[in-house]
Amino acid sequence: MITGISWRNLWRNKLRSLVIIAAVAIGILGAVLSDGFMEGMMDQRVNAAIDNEISNIQLHNPDFLLNNDIIYAISQPEQYLEAIRELPQVKGVSQRIICAAMASTAAASAGVTIAGVDPEEEEKVSQISKSITLGAYLNNQQRIPVVIGKKLSDKLGLKINDKLIVTLADSSGTITYGAFLVSGIYQTSNNLFDETHVFVRAKDLGPMLGLTNQVHEMAIALHDNQATQEVFQTLSDQFSSQIKNQKIDIKTWDMVEPLLKSMIEMMTFFSYMFLVIILIALSFAIINTMTMAILERKREIGMLMAIGMTKGRVFLMIMLETFFLSVTGGIIGLLLSYLIVSFYAQHGLDLGAMGSGMSYIGYASTVYFRVNESFYVASVLLIGITSLLSSIPASIKALKLNPVEAIREIN
Amino acid sequence: MSIIEIHNLHKTYTDTSVPVKAVNGINLSIKEGEFTAIVGPSGSGKTTLLNLLGGLDTPTEGDIFIGGMNIKNLTSRQLIDFRLHHIGFVFQSYNLIPVLTALENIAFIMELQGLKKLQRHEVAMKLIKKVGLEGKENFRPGELSGGQQQRVAVARALASRPKFILADEPTANLDSHATEELLNMMADLNKTENMTFIFSTHDKRVMDKARRIVTIDDGKVVY
Repeated sequence: MITGISWRNLWRNKLRSLVIIAAVAIGILGAVLSDGFMEGMMDQRVNAAIDNEISNIQLHNPDFLLNNDIIYAISQPEQYLEAIRELPQVKGVSQRIICAAMASTAAASAGVTIAGVDPEEEEKVSQISKSITLGAYLNNQQRIPVVIGKKLSDKLGLKINDKLIVTLADSSGTITYGAFLVSGIYQTSNNLFDETHVFVRAKDLGPMLGLTNQVHEMAIALHDNQATQEVFQTLSDQFSSQIKNQKIDIKTWDMVEPLLKSMIEMMTFFSYMFLVIILIALSFAIINTMTMAILERKREIGMLMAIGMTKGRVFLMIMLETFFLSVTGGIIGLLLSYLIVSFYAQHGLDLGAMGSGMSYIGYASTVYFRVNESFYVASVLLIGITSLLSSIPASIKALKLNPVEAIREIN
Repeated sequence: MSIIEIHNLHKTYTDTSVPVKAVNGINLSIKEGEFTAIVGPSGSGKTTLLNLLGGLDTPTEGDIFIGGMNIKNLTSRQLIDFRLHHIGFVFQSYNLIPVLTALENIAFIMELQGLKKLQRHEVAMKLIKKVGLEGKENFRPGELSGGQQQRVAVARALASRPKFILADEPTANLDSHATEELLNMMADLNKTENMTFIFSTHDKRVMDKARRIVTIDDGKVVY
């Protein structure tokens, strides 16, 4: 019956309770949507980075990541290739020759990173072939093809079949020129990447650089990103002697881009902080409401203590009232959040004009929301804790009440 | 047989600038089945005496024996339990729980005593009939008249099967018709159930119904 009394007490002042319930619901909604937006944004950034730029795991010559000089290559990459491909988690391995170059047309020039790839292998690892918006992806029938980003094509005024001149230093340090024909233009969610990365065939780029049976990067794509650590460990064990001898270095995507990992951790931390701050703010409103409710019912609580209700039961009654107040708001907030997050997870939130600015820093202009189950669980737990803590001041007030004084007030 | 024995009872309030002797050496014995009115002018110590009898306040000096037990020796936790099982309270302002129906208000005290739901319902229904509120069991206090609310309060006091019922000015907020009805009902319960009632009152109509009148003044029984 105490549960029933607490629930009914909640509705003695409907407006007051509804205001608090709405405040809790809106607070939770704000926290969950904000988390959904940030998680969604980071997911897309990470996926884009894995799909287009980094892949799940990379193998390099240890010096290449420090210096980016083309002389620091992996020799005889086939010694690693078979072992990597044998792993069931591996979707594909792309061997890349990478160098910095100056890309020019008659009108303009720009610094770029050229990746020489095997088109078929690369297709299994990156999404570049699927991001082609004009023309065609690299294939073995074309003559010296190059695939460039839309941003670079705009910057250099390049169209399909236009000639792109690249200036680069070969493995002996000699400046070399090469010409490629634009076969396709791609567009990803990262404008900066689109502006600075071009793809050619390894068999065209290798001879220009004077490299034979050498690559700078072996990019490994997995069927499932969750298997990254497992595969990393397997490869590290398998190639331990080569790692020890400084012939190769294996890195997961978050080791290659530690900033990305830090950002994910920071965003997660901010999401939880935001939730906690909202709940702390709400707890003051709940404390105020409950204290007012108890002061209004001072005589009634005094009477209950007089007729034989223990302090424990009084505390339980007030705690349950606070719990119902917070949890009702919390449930409404979480349900609304779930519906809105589900909608935007499916349809995405178009950031409009702001989105184009976002794509310059590598974020998609349409954000697909995602909220971890753990965030929902944490929300429920924190709402419970908030309600428990918020009930304490009002309960203390009630427990300090002397039944005699209450009866004096009554009579 | 005495149900209440009061020996040399004193209560002095010291939280005022001048100590107030609200109860000043009262000796009193109340037998089972008595219908007693404690009367006296305002500030004479009626309510303090009732609070001490109900274990809501502790005496400065003296002893109160209820059913042979000196309640002065009970801890505050034991006193709560003692009140719950041995004393029924009826207040001037009814003081029912507004969110509960009449039936639930009566059953509530039995829940505090730990009775099963079915038993609570059965007893509460009997008491509803006894106080003449059949058909009103699902009404909330706000939907009942003052007299009806006070009947529910009496039924609630009876529900704990107490040794006696303390009623502090129970008719103060009632009109003459409701007062008459309530007093008749309580007098009837006193006769049929042998329930002991102790009132504090100013009301002449209550005094007329009482079988014993204890008059106190300046914290002392004067006759």
